[in-house]
Amino acid sequence: MATPRSAASRVFANRAFLLTCLFATNVAMVVLAVLLISIFWQGWDSLSWKFLTSFASRKPSEAGILAPLMGSVWVCSICALVALPLGVGTAIYLEEFAKRSRFTKLVQTNIMNLAGVPSIVYGILGLTAFARMFGVFGTNVDDAITLGNEDSLFFLRLPFGSSVLAGGLTLMLVILPVVIISTQEALRAVPSSLRAGAFALGATRWQTVWGITLPAAVPGIMTGAILSMSRAVGESAPLLVLGGLLLVFNTPQNLMSDFAILPLQIYNWAGRPQDAFHAIAASAIIVQLAVLLLFNGIAVFIRQKLQKPLQ
Amino acid sequence: MSTEPTPTTASPVQGHHVAPHATPGAVKHTTSQAHGGSHADAPTAITVRGFSSWYGSFQALKSLDLDIPSQQITAFIGPSGCGKSTFLRWINRMNDTIPTARAEGTLDLHGEDLLSKSLDVVDLRRRVGMVFQKPNPFPKSIYDNVAFGPRLHKHYTRAELDELVEQSLRSASIWNEVKDRLNSSALGLSGGQQQRLCIARAIAVGPEMLLMDEPCSALDPKSTLAIEELIETLASRYTIVIVTHNMQQAARVSDQTAFFFEGRLIESGATETIWNKPKNKQTEDYITGRFG
Repeated sequence: MATPRSAASRVFANRAFLLTCLFATNVAMVVLAVLLISIFWQGWDSLSWKFLTSFASRKPSEAGILAPLMGSVWVCSICALVALPLGVGTAIYLEEFAKRSRFTKLVQTNIMNLAGVPSIVYGILGLTAFARMFGVFGTNVDDAITLGNEDSLFFLRLPFGSSVLAGGLTLMLVILPVVIISTQEALRAVPSSLRAGAFALGATRWQTVWGITLPAAVPGIMTGAILSMSRAVGESAPLLVLGGLLLVFNTPQNLMSDFAILPLQIYNWAGRPQDAFHAIAASAIIVQLAVLLLFNGIAVFIRQKLQKPLQ
Repeated sequence: MSTEPTPTTASPVQGHHVAPHATPGAVKHTTSQAHGGSHADAPTAITVRGFSSWYGSFQALKSLDLDIPSQQITAFIGPSGCGKSTFLRWINRMNDTIPTARAEGTLDLHGEDLLSKSLDVVDLRRRVGMVFQKPNPFPKSIYDNVAFGPRLHKHYTRAELDELVEQSLRSASIWNEVKDRLNSSALGLSGGQQQRLCIARAIAVGPEMLLMDEPCSALDPKSTLAIEELIETLASRYTIVIVTHNMQQAARVSDQTAFFFEGRLIESGATETIWNKPKNKQTEDYITGRFG
């Protein structure tokens, strides 16, 4: 005979489980709150317009983050502009066009694995492939092939060297697998009945993807894009390999400019002994969070725009 | 191909023209003996001879022979898994999306080989529309749902498209319900309205034939009645094939009935004949509800 469960014990178990979950949630919230409060406490005072518009300096009171701020914006913009079309295109091919074969399975497995590769490995790859271009153009900077005026917006140099373009492409390598996987998930979430409906009207695969599947998947794709861009903004290891820890005294002017980035600048300042530098490191973290919010905001804006309001 | 000799267990369907109204619950009555089932009255749209199909090594359809007459309603009945939906999906080649599906035999639309490798599937699907079991409106506005199909095939001016959308919605008897909210989401419509919208969407590309795969199985009785009435009005302009599990529905709306069982076509003919004097014991058992 089954023994009846007592009401009291069931209520107790329910309450205990609820408390456990609440505790878990609160741990994360408290840690985040402590972090934010301490950063704002330390960094708010030294955050000023001058801080945003000055270059690095030996004196903490005069140091600013204009170079790493603009460097991060350039590098992340390049990264987004290259990674999103490539990633979404790859995902569309794999999900909507490719026949299930041993080859696509191999590609799929590899993408999964690439998503787990430590980012510093991509840094080394970026250094070899983009910054030095395998040495095919020589190893001396003075031997580089150049195209256009060095001071103009349209200036190209082969190999790319430690430029914003090389940095952006390297970050692109880091987030590409994540973009592909999240886009695939978003496409898979589109009901196949919608595809069938489009095919039954005589739509080609391309018309189905462009007219039905992709619009329906945009929210999911943009969510994936937001997550991967957040990662790109905060990523520092691969750009460290590329030489992003330079003292830079100008903002990028073209794709070949040298650059600094926010996370590495924060690391640099936080590592110094003086308290004043710790304060401006905290200010830089606030700026970094603002940049992160900005990128996410743009992605959310695009998501809202593309999801035409339907009442 | 369509001139091959007719073998067979199943007699080809040869129909009468039937007035597009029937009493619910009763078998549709053919108008008169005068039409006498002459071919001139109901030319054949689809000719099927020795048609078999497989999913991988599983044979889903076994040597079907059938004629589907133009501008009449043909119902496919039979228990689940008997192959009627599979067959329907061969007519507009929706089975192309299933890699393991293949077919042999003759399947012609007005003499054109529908199994040909060189057939333009996109054009075929424009000519042979399909309505699915579950309403599947696109997550777009009502207007864009209907305009999606026509835009795939031609460039229209806004005025032409407006006209086409209105006509299609009128043909699907839903215009009056949606004319004031063409730009609202199709997902806000009720199930029955969504299904009629899907019919409007299928009509908009100008097909000659409509395939309906259990179009009412997800709907309530009132919506079902609305769709049935719509199907009957559409029969004057389109050749309609409807797969249904609802025996009464098959009896109410169809002119011709084909009974499928375990991948074979057991019996086909005028609905009246199948219901009143089925030749085959299995058919009789099925329609009287003794199995299935």
